[in-house]
Amino acid sequence: MIAHLPALQVVLPLLFAPVCVLLRQHTLVWLVTLLVSWAVFIMACLSIPVVFDIGPLSYELGGWAAPWGIEYKLDQLSAFVVLIVTAIGAIVITYARQSVTHEIPRDRVYLFYTAYLLNLTGILGVVVTGDVFNLFVFIEISSLSSYALISIGRDRRALMAAYRYLVLGTIGATFILIGVGLLYVMTGTLNIDDLQQRLVDLEEQRTVITALAFLTVGISLKFALFPLHFWLPNAYTYAPSVISVFLASTTTKVFIYVLLRFLFSIFGASFVYDVVHVDRILLICSVLAIFSGSLSAIYQDNIKRMLAYSSIAQIGYMVLGVGLASVTGVLAGIIHLFNHALMKAALFMCMGCVFYRIGSVSIGQMKGIGRTMPWTMAAFVIAGLSLVGVPLTVGFISKWYLIQAAIEQDNWVIVITVLAGSLLAMIYIWRVVEAAYFQEPDIGTDTAGHGEAPPMMVIALWVVIIANIYFGINAEMTSGFARRSAEFLLGAWP
Amino acid sequence: MAVNPEQLLQAAVFLPLAGAVLIGLAGSRPDLRETVTLVTAVALFIVICLLYRSFEQGGQATVTLVETLPGLTISFHTEPLGLLFALVAGFLWIVTSIFSIGYMRGNREHHQTRFYVYFAVALASTMGIALSANMFSLFIFYEILTLSTYPLVTHKGNDEAKAAGRVYLGVLLGTSIGLQLFAMIWTWIITGTLDFTEGGVFDSRVSETVLLILFTLYIFGIGKAAVMPFHRWLPAAMVAPTPVSALLHAVAVVKAGVFTVMKVSVYLFGIDTLAAAAANQWVLLFACATIIIASVIALGKDNLKARLAYSTISQLSYVVMATVVLAPLTVAGAAIHIAAHAFGKITLFFAAGSIYTASGKTKVSQLNGIGHKMPWTMTAFTIGSLSMIGVPPAAGFLSKWYMLQGAWAVENWFVITIIVISTLLNAGYFLPIVYAAFFRQADDEDTSSHGEAPFPIVLALVLTAAGTVLLFLLPGRLLELVEAIRL
Repeated sequence: MIAHLPALQVVLPLLFAPVCVLLRQHTLVWLVTLLVSWAVFIMACLSIPVVFDIGPLSYELGGWAAPWGIEYKLDQLSAFVVLIVTAIGAIVITYARQSVTHEIPRDRVYLFYTAYLLNLTGILGVVVTGDVFNLFVFIEISSLSSYALISIGRDRRALMAAYRYLVLGTIGATFILIGVGLLYVMTGTLNIDDLQQRLVDLEEQRTVITALAFLTVGISLKFALFPLHFWLPNAYTYAPSVISVFLASTTTKVFIYVLLRFLFSIFGASFVYDVVHVDRILLICSVLAIFSGSLSAIYQDNIKRMLAYSSIAQIGYMVLGVGLASVTGVLAGIIHLFNHALMKAALFMCMGCVFYRIGSVSIGQMKGIGRTMPWTMAAFVIAGLSLVGVPLTVGFISKWYLIQAAIEQDNWVIVITVLAGSLLAMIYIWRVVEAAYFQEPDIGTDTAGHGEAPPMMVIALWVVIIANIYFGINAEMTSGFARRSAEFLLGAWP
Repeated sequence: MAVNPEQLLQAAVFLPLAGAVLIGLAGSRPDLRETVTLVTAVALFIVICLLYRSFEQGGQATVTLVETLPGLTISFHTEPLGLLFALVAGFLWIVTSIFSIGYMRGNREHHQTRFYVYFAVALASTMGIALSANMFSLFIFYEILTLSTYPLVTHKGNDEAKAAGRVYLGVLLGTSIGLQLFAMIWTWIITGTLDFTEGGVFDSRVSETVLLILFTLYIFGIGKAAVMPFHRWLPAAMVAPTPVSALLHAVAVVKAGVFTVMKVSVYLFGIDTLAAAAANQWVLLFACATIIIASVIALGKDNLKARLAYSTISQLSYVVMATVVLAPLTVAGAAIHIAAHAFGKITLFFAAGSIYTASGKTKVSQLNGIGHKMPWTMTAFTIGSLSMIGVPPAAGFLSKWYMLQGAWAVENWFVITIIVISTLLNAGYFLPIVYAAFFRQADDEDTSSHGEAPFPIVLALVLTAAGTVLLFLLPGRLLELVEAIRL
């Protein structure tokens, strides 16, 4: 059973996607999706102890042995990322039912869940696969389904946002494909482990460096690293609430994973850091991302858009960790993958609840909402503080490691960037808090029917909030995973 | 009854938290809610007294709640300075609760349940700060204290409160995250520990420049100590209801600030290390400047609470200054001043609240002749003022005596001059109020006929005024505790 886990995690959602089309009834479809989401989450939990205590799980697809056949592999890093993705997936689908029926035309609900399952297949496949061409295929599966998911709602502006995402996403995917092609030309293999071994002797080749460049840019476009982030704000803002939650907390994380995989498992830390100095450009981009994202967030009236800009800044933190070129730095980046998934999921879930009740997420409509939706807004405050990095929340743990990594290298600019980013986050979060708690609703606003969101949504939201606090108080597990992943990635370097 | 100190340490933090939950549950029944507040406050004080007794009998205790990251734990321990702070804050919570009941009901404040809940949470974090065994735990409770007092500061919910709340959070979170957290992580990287240790955690290999920068980062990072230029939050926070100003801004929050300064100086750096590296020079300068400037500003304030706020800023810097003079006697003086100023200043704030509740007056210029209508309040106010100036028979004399003696011993004439000038200034802004209250005739247009404030308010301020005098008359235990601080 355990040996089949890597493949099963990908195949299960793929198999059940067409089942959703056949069933069509929206509650049934939701139930199927719910079961699949929880099943893959449980599988991820099962695989964690095996991977961390015994060793990587490898699965040969179709029985073809590794360098020729496609290999699915769960190692320290991918098992951890799969855990993040499936955990968020399970909780998001638990949360989704009312929100989806509220925001998506009833006759399209089954299509929504179908596309969702395909998306889950895609991103899990990206993480699990040990073959770079297969990885590209899964990227396409996840991307195409996410274009559909973004545009499936009632908001017509989502169409334009999805189109823009499609154009830029395709450019990114093409770059990745070019990079993979160049690597194949040089080495004649597509297997990640095999690539790593063969590339060692080819470091001086210009083609390899070109491949690295194409891959870095293509992947960075996919996770919206500044200045390749222009598709992101609209996509997150106009997507259905559930999809904003899911995209913000998983898709970007998965592409960060892809970056880590290519940089360290294929090219190797010494080539990336010592020969090409990718860290320098990543560092500059991430610092700019943190400032531009945070500053833009302060001026947004639509809170989902504000959170989207905040995501751009937070992606900066993750890349910053990679750019710091040390075990602590990569550790900080990886632990922030997990922590940011938790906080952003919670924040977007809050906005889903708000949208469910008042039909808007603009700050002007949210005046006095702290009184009508006390649980939702209390959750927003806690998740917001987590984003700022206040102690006892996961955000603090991320900040701690980032600052530690920066001080270790005496890089004071980075220290200041991280601290300033926190304070900017405080400003944009507190704008919402002040509107929600200190302002009276405008006269004439129809407050009838306002109240707390449906219990299921609020409970799911609070599960994430409690996770935010729990892993902020007891970070031994997450920091342990992140440390081992980072040590595994960097290997003997430096 | 055999209760071990480990359990007492945990109880000191969790008791007020449990109280907060119960207060919230009892929200719809005011009498029950206030009973819960009082019972919790009394129970907490008993716990701290038991803790003190077990410490006196030689029981050193440390307890670890959770290991957040490898090597970084949330832990508590018994230590004389922390016990002193916990005793003061615990006792004054009881008195403030009595005062709050009178004040909140007398002024028909809204959202009283929320008020009592956050008050209890603030106390829990104060206890956490007082008993923290390492800088990491202290920092966590320091931040919770900031956040839990935010709803108290902005209690009124109007635009003024919102603006004040911005300054409050902005300064306190800004300095703590921007400077204190940075300094803490830096310390962690250099030394690999954040435990409060006798003599400090830095060894002699750390360069003097690094120590100077780190120490300065810490002191300015502790925004709650209100060393200029990070003092703006304190006057801003005076929009809060008076009980909040009294407990939080004369006792819990500001004392948490100077207490942290003392902990960092004594147990993280060690005063010998600081003295050897001369790392105190910048901070000393800023503290002295704050004492004088804040006093001068206080002179010009007509609003009574604003005058008290600037007086607080000045008095807080006494503690900072006395600590960073780095002489054993001045450090003792600083510790005594935490207790002495707490009792004196809370009396003054209670008096201000009493005057406001009885007569609605908020300005110094309106107080002519008020001593005849409110003899208890104004007598207590006089005692509080004397303590601020440092005149017997008030506790403020003790701390000033120690500070002067300590500064004399190390021949720091600069500090002595500052203390003398500041004493004159203190007299300059407190005595005229006392004089006007008792010896001036009420203004002709002032036809208000009010008496004393409600009984709970008067009871509270009489208690704290008596405490101020008692600390002077019977300082034995206080001094024992202070002398137990190992430098």
